[in-house]
Amino acid sequence: MVTLQVTLLGIALTVLVAFVAGLSGLSRFWFIRWPSFIFVEFFRGSGLIVQMFWLFFALPMFGIQLSPLMAGVLALGLNMGAYGSEIVRGTIVSRPKGQTEAAIALGLSPTKRFWRILIPQSIPAMLPPFGNLTVDLLKNTSLVSLVTVADLTWGAQTVRTNTGQTVEIFLTIMVLYYMLSLLLGQLTSFLERRFALDRKATGSVRKQSLFGVFAK
Amino acid sequence: MTWDWNFVIDILPSLFRGLRLTLIITFSAFGISLLLGLIVSVFRFLKIPVLSHLLNFYVSFVRGTPLLVQAYMAFFVLPYYGIILDPVPTAIIVLGINYSAYIAEVFRSGIEQLPTGQWEASRALSLSTRRTWVRIVIPQATRPIIPVLGNYLIQMFKDSAILSAITVLELLGTGLQIGSRTFRYLEPITIVGLLFLAVSVPSSLLVRRLEKKYGTAH
Repeated sequence: MVTLQVTLLGIALTVLVAFVAGLSGLSRFWFIRWPSFIFVEFFRGSGLIVQMFWLFFALPMFGIQLSPLMAGVLALGLNMGAYGSEIVRGTIVSRPKGQTEAAIALGLSPTKRFWRILIPQSIPAMLPPFGNLTVDLLKNTSLVSLVTVADLTWGAQTVRTNTGQTVEIFLTIMVLYYMLSLLLGQLTSFLERRFALDRKATGSVRKQSLFGVFAK
Repeated sequence: MTWDWNFVIDILPSLFRGLRLTLIITFSAFGISLLLGLIVSVFRFLKIPVLSHLLNFYVSFVRGTPLLVQAYMAFFVLPYYGIILDPVPTAIIVLGINYSAYIAEVFRSGIEQLPTGQWEASRALSLSTRRTWVRIVIPQATRPIIPVLGNYLIQMFKDSAILSAITVLELLGTGLQIGSRTFRYLEPITIVGLLFLAVSVPSSLLVRRLEKKYGTAH
């Protein structure tokens, strides 16, 4: 099903864009931080559907011809990625300050501090907002039908014009979209439980360190 | 093909007319969604057995299905039941209903934030239920959610472009119509994007200032 394919490709691109833009938004250097800021404001400020039409209709005027699927996925990824980058940036900024200080005190390099301390800790906090974002993304995939990608909504329109059974078809795809978004919600809460920094996990960590102390 | 300024000047007036319709749709739909959202959230809060379950389903279903499909549903399906509306009122109603589900959730968070002491005090002062809601709960629940509502208004402004799919000649619809008539898409679509930016970026800066003023509620 094209809708699922677009959703999965879109999620992959969204996560990539979100991390690249979100992390560069935290950079010490203004020449990295500013482009990220402008990118985020630009893609959040004009709507997804306008961006999709621009990639589909206006970009070919510059000699770059994207396939409809590429244009759709690219617009989804860039737009949702801009929203995602705020999630990435926000959760990393909201880590307790003691974590950064401890990492500095232990003499970890800034790179190590990010990749080994701050990012792994931020991922559980990112999961719920990213879950909402994927549901939004799923719903927004219906817009690719407007740039002639043959997804679920496009299929419904085609069947409608062929058979004229409007009510049944639109009710069916509405229920399908609804079930898919419920499924994505379930998947997110499963991942949340799987990666939660819960009491059990911290308990076993404490046991290990106690054991380490005794071993000395 | 290169950028043609004369063409831009030719199409600007009709694009501004499109922007005007976009703003009319956005604000009318915002009014509907505020009213519906408030009603839905209050009735959900009262926990009336069957009604609350229906409203929970309403919120989850509207939030779980795409706006585009909802718009098609209203545009193609309602006429079968003898309800024939022009595209513009249809667009306003669809956008209003779609966002009422989100705004109901925002109101709910606002109502739940309210300390229990406020309820107890209203009871102690023997205020009627209606007075408690209208004079105590709603005014206090509204204040912290003003910035959140502002963000939803901006979101609605951008999402209204989706309604060009049901032949509404708002900003994007006008741009696409010019494109298909003249076979030049570069200028109209670019200007459409810039006009959306020109409205939403300053508005979101304004909302950020409101957030500072009313305290972050989220």
